[in-house]
Amino acid sequence: MTNTTEQKQGFVGGTANYLDERLGLGAVVKGFGRKIFPDHWSFMLGEVAMYSFVILVLSGTFLTFFYQPSMAEVHYDGSYAPLKGAQMSIAYASSLDISFDIRGGLIMRQVHHWAALLFVAAAGLHMLRVFFTGAFRKPRELNWVVGFLLFLMGMAAGFTGYSLPDDLLSGNGLRIIDGMIKGIPVIGPAVSSGFFGGEFPGTEVVARLYSLHIMIVPALIIVLMGVHLMMVVIHKHTHYSGPGRRDDNVVGYPLMPVYVAKAGGFFFLVFGVIAAIAATFTINPIWNYGPYDPSPVSAGTQPDWYIGWLDGALRLAPSGWDVVIAGFVIPMGVMVPLVVSLVFLALVAAYPFIENWVTKDKREHHVLDRPRNAPTRTAIGAAGVTFYGVLWAGASTDLIATNFQMSLNQVLTAMQILLILGPVIAYWVTKRACLSLQRKDREMVLHGRETGRVVRLPHGEYIEVHEPVDKYELWKLVDFKEYEPVLPRPDARGKITVGNRLRSAVSRLYFEDRIAPVSKAEYELAHADHAPAIEDKPKSKRKQKALTK
Amino acid sequence: MRRRPWAAGLVVFFGLVLSGGGYAAATNVVQSDIGSAEQIDEGRKLFLANCASCHGTNGEGAIGGPSLIGVGAASVDFQVGTGRMPGQASGPQLYKKPVQFTDEQIAAMAAYVASLAPGPAIPDEEYLRGDGDPTHGGELFRINCAMCHNAVGAGGALTEGKFAPSLAGVSAKHTYEAMVTGPQNMPVFNDTNLTPEDKKDIITYLKYVEDNDSVGGFELGSIGPVAEGLFTWIFGLGFIIAITVWLGAKSN
Amino acid sequence: MSELEKRYSPGLAAQTKRPIEDPGIEPHRVRMTDKSEKHARTAERQIAAMFGVSVIGAIIAIWGFFAFPIVDGDLSATRNNSLWMGLGMALSMLGIGFGAVHWAKTLMPDNEVSELRHQARSSEETRAQALEVVKLADGESGFTRRKLIRRTMYGALAFFPIPGIIIFGDLGPVVGDSLRHTMWKSGTRLAKDPTGIPIKASDVTIGSVFHVIPEGLEDLEEHKLEEKAKAAVLLVRVNPEDLNEDPAKADWSYQGIVAYSKICTHVGCPVALYEQHTHHLLCPCHQSTFDLANHCEVVFGPASRPLPQLPITVDAEGYLVAQSDFLEPVGPSFWDMRK
Repeated sequence: MTNTTEQKQGFVGGTANYLDERLGLGAVVKGFGRKIFPDHWSFMLGEVAMYSFVILVLSGTFLTFFYQPSMAEVHYDGSYAPLKGAQMSIAYASSLDISFDIRGGLIMRQVHHWAALLFVAAAGLHMLRVFFTGAFRKPRELNWVVGFLLFLMGMAAGFTGYSLPDDLLSGNGLRIIDGMIKGIPVIGPAVSSGFFGGEFPGTEVVARLYSLHIMIVPALIIVLMGVHLMMVVIHKHTHYSGPGRRDDNVVGYPLMPVYVAKAGGFFFLVFGVIAAIAATFTINPIWNYGPYDPSPVSAGTQPDWYIGWLDGALRLAPSGWDVVIAGFVIPMGVMVPLVVSLVFLALVAAYPFIENWVTKDKREHHVLDRPRNAPTRTAIGAAGVTFYGVLWAGASTDLIATNFQMSLNQVLTAMQILLILGPVIAYWVTKRACLSLQRKDREMVLHGRETGRVVRLPHGEYIEVHEPVDKYELWKLVDFKEYEPVLPRPDARGKITVGNRLRSAVSRLYFEDRIAPVSKAEYELAHADHAPAIEDKPKSKRKQKALTK
Repeated sequence: MRRRPWAAGLVVFFGLVLSGGGYAAATNVVQSDIGSAEQIDEGRKLFLANCASCHGTNGEGAIGGPSLIGVGAASVDFQVGTGRMPGQASGPQLYKKPVQFTDEQIAAMAAYVASLAPGPAIPDEEYLRGDGDPTHGGELFRINCAMCHNAVGAGGALTEGKFAPSLAGVSAKHTYEAMVTGPQNMPVFNDTNLTPEDKKDIITYLKYVEDNDSVGGFELGSIGPVAEGLFTWIFGLGFIIAITVWLGAKSN
Repeated sequence: MSELEKRYSPGLAAQTKRPIEDPGIEPHRVRMTDKSEKHARTAERQIAAMFGVSVIGAIIAIWGFFAFPIVDGDLSATRNNSLWMGLGMALSMLGIGFGAVHWAKTLMPDNEVSELRHQARSSEETRAQALEVVKLADGESGFTRRKLIRRTMYGALAFFPIPGIIIFGDLGPVVGDSLRHTMWKSGTRLAKDPTGIPIKASDVTIGSVFHVIPEGLEDLEEHKLEEKAKAAVLLVRVNPEDLNEDPAKADWSYQGIVAYSKICTHVGCPVALYEQHTHHLLCPCHQSTFDLANHCEVVFGPASRPLPQLPITVDAEGYLVAQSDFLEPVGPSFWDMRK
C-alpha cells in the first residue's frame, strides 16, 4: 500500500483513497472483503429479522412525523365518517389521520405493523434454528443469551407500539396489563400507579410508552444487535456437517462480491414482500375498534401474536386458587401464568448452560448438529415448542370455538389438558422419531440406499439391490458427535454429591438411548460381508454427470 | 364436540332459549296493526301445520318449544325470516338456514302470533334506511353489541358452544327485530334502552361498515390480531423462506 | 484445531473413529453460465430487466402519491393511494432484490472455499501479557493494596444509582384509597352509557341488559375515564324466581333488577357478554364466566372472585339509584384489597 496514491483515479478510486487516508478503510476491506460465509437458507432467518428491523426504523420514522402521543381529548374531524365528531384522544385522532388523511400514511402504518409481526416471527424462527442445530454451544453461549434478549426486546417493542394508537383494542390490552401488575404481591398497586401515572387509564401512559417505543427499546435493540453481529464476526458463522466442513474451518462464499449481492439483494426482497403485503392486506384497522373507552370491549380481543402466548397463559390459568395470607391476597389467576412464563423464559435463556453442565464438553463447536443426531435436545425443543404453541393457541380459544363450531368451554379445558400432556407426548414422539432416523442413517451407511430393484441370484435367493452412498453423502451421515451417559462418581473426598447424582441421572435421560455412529470396523465388516448386495457401479448416472467438472 | 347427547337437557334448554321473548313482551308492549282477519286465519293454518307440534296448538308452548304468547310479530318475522324457525338440528343454538316460507306466509304467521297478545311489531321502514348518524351508532354498537358480535359485527363466541353470529349480510329489518326481541340468548334492547332512533343509528353504522371495503386492503375476516399473526407466519414468513431457499440453492 | 491451539476436554463425548476419511469439499458443479457465454448473456439481460422493472415500480409509487389526493369522506382515494404506492414500492424493491441475487447466483463465482478458524481463546503468551498488564495496573493504582479506597469506592458505586431510582418516585401518586372507591354513592342515579340518561326501573324489562354509568359521569371535568373504568356497571332484570339471592343482600336488588360491576375480577376486562337465558356473564378476554342469577359466582375461567354487586333501589321518581358505593373493591384482585 505504498505509492499508490498518485495513480490516475476515477471517482470511486478517489473516494476510496480519501476514506482510506483518513480512516484506514483499506485494512477493513482487506480483512473483511473476502471473509467466508457458509450458504444455507436457514442461515438467513436472522437476517430477515434484522432487515425487518431496518424497515421498522424507516417506516417508524415516517410515522413519528405525524403521530402525537397525547391523551388529551379532541373531537375527530377527519375523513372517516363513522367517527366524525366522536370524542377521542389526540393519539387516536392522529393515528386516524395517518391512516386516512396523509398520503402514504396508511401504507407506512401497514408496512410498520406487518414488519413488526415479521420481525418477531423471523427472530423466533431463527432462535429455533439455532436451538435445533446446537449452534448455541461453545463458544456461542453468550450470543444465545444476547439473541434471547433481542427476542424479549422485540416483544417489548411490539407491545409498546401496539398500545400507541390508543384504540379500544389496545386500550383493553393495557387494561389487562394493569390487572396483571396490580396482582403482583406487595408492589403491584404502586407499580401500576407509577406506570399509568395514577389510576388506569390516566393521561400519561401513551406518552410514556411512546418514549420507550421510539427511544429506549430501539436503542437497546440496536446495541444488542451490534453485539450479536460482532460476536458472529468473532466466531465466524457455523456450518452444517458435510464433506470438508470441520470445527476448525468455515466453508462457503466470500463476502465480496457474492454475499454483498445476496444479502444486499435479500434486504430489498424482504422489504418488497412486506410492501406487497402491506399494499394488499389490512392490518390493525384501528378505525374499526373506535377510541378507547373503559366500558366497551370487542369480541376477539387479542394481542399481537408474540404476546399471544402470555394471553393464552392468562386464559388457561386455574380458577379459585387464590391464596390469602394474613389478609393479604395473592391472585393465582395472575401469578400462576406470570411465574410459569418467567420460568419458561428462564429455561430458554439457560439452556446452553444446562446442556453443557451435562456434557461437560469444553470443545468449540462450529459444525452444526443435524437435529436427529441430538435426539434428546431435539425432543426437549419439541416439548418447548408444544408448550409455547398450546399457550399461543390458548389465546384464540374463542376463535377456535366459533370457527370449528365447538364449545368454548371444552376448547379451553382441552387446552389446559394439552398444556400438560402435549409436551410429554411431543418429547416422546420426537425422541423416538430421531432415533429411528438415526437408525435409518446407519442402515444407509452400512448397506447403501435401497433401490427398489429386486434380483434373483444364481442360487435362487432374492435380494434387493442396494446402491452405495457416494462418499460426500456418506460423510454427512457418519460425521457427528455423540455422547455417553455417566455414572455418579465420588469426588476427591470420596463422596457422591447430590449434584453429581443429578448430573448422572440427567445424562442418562439425555444419552442412554443412543444410536452410535458407524465405526470403522463395522463399516469394513459390512462391506466385506454384503459385497454381493451392493452394486459395483459407485454412483448413478445422474450423479456422475453432475459431478464432472 | 359440540353435539353432545344432552337428550332431555336439550329440550329443557330450548324451552328456556325461546321463552325470553315472552317476558320481554309482557312489560314492553309495542303493538301495531295486527293484520286482517283472513291473514290471521291463514297464519293460524300455517302455524298449526308447521309450528304447533312444539309451540302448542294455541301458541301456549309445549315440551319442544316455548310459549309464543306476546312475542310479537317481530319475533316471528326474525325467527322464520332468517330460517332459524322451524328449528331442526339439535345443538346449543339455532342456526340460520334457507328460509322455508314465502314473505306472505311469514307475514301471515306473524299476524297470527301478534293477534295472540301484544308484542314487538315489525319495524317501520324509516328506521331501516341507514340514513342516521353513524358516529353515534358506532358508539352505541361498541357499548351494547361489540362484546359479543365484534367491533364490526364479525361475530364471536359465547359459552358452551353458543355464539353471537356474524352480522354480515343480515338485513336491517332482522337486525332491528333482533334488538327488540332478543332471540335465543341475546338480551333484549327495548325502546327505552335503545330508542328507535338509536337503533336506526346502529343500523346506519353497520351499513357503512358493510358497504365500504377496508381502505387497507383484504380484511382477513376482521377478526383481529390472531388472523394477522397466522397470516404473518404462514404467508409472510412462508414466502420469505421460499425466497431464502431459492437464494441458497445452487444455480445451474 | 491446529496444533498450537488448546485441547479442551470433550466431556462425555464418545470417541468413535469415523469409518471413512473426510473426502473434502465436493468438486465444483459447473453452471450453464460458466460454460456458455450465451447463457451468461441471457442472465445478464434478465438481471438488467429486473433492475428496469424496479425503476418502473418506483415510478408507479410516485404516480400513486400524486394521482390520488385525499378527498374528505371518499375512502377510495385513500385506498388507491395506499394500494398503488405500496405495489409500486414492492415492485421497485423486488426488482432490485431479484436482480442482485440472480446476478450473484448466475454470474458471480460459486466455488465454495474454506477458511481456517481460530479458537476464541487468546494464545498463552497473550494471556500472560494481559495478566501482566492487569497486575501492573493494579500495582500502579494500589487497587488491591489500598483497602480503604477500594471499599469506599464500592460503597459509593452502590449508593450513587439510588437517586436515579428515587427520582422516578413521582411517576404516579401514592396509592391511597382510590382502588377501593368508585363514583357511586347513596342516591346516585343509574344512567345509560354513553348518553348519561337516567334509567327508570320500569324501563328495564325482563331479559334486558343496560350498560350503566353513574349519573354525572359525563359532566366530570377530569378523570372521566378513570372513574368510568371503575364505575361501569351492568344492569339486568331477570325473573325474580330465577334469582338466587344471598338473604343478607336481598334488598340490594329491585324486583329482579340487579346491578353488577362490569369489571372482571381476573384482570379487568369489561365482562359484558350477557346470555339472557343462562344468566351467564362471559368475559371476552379470558373467558371467565359468572352466574348472574347466583350472585355472580365464577362458574368457569380464570377469575376467582364473584363480580361485586352494586346495591340499588328506586328513588321517589321511580329512577334506579345506588344505595351506596360497592362494598368491596371492583376489578382485579390486588395485594392489600382486604385491608
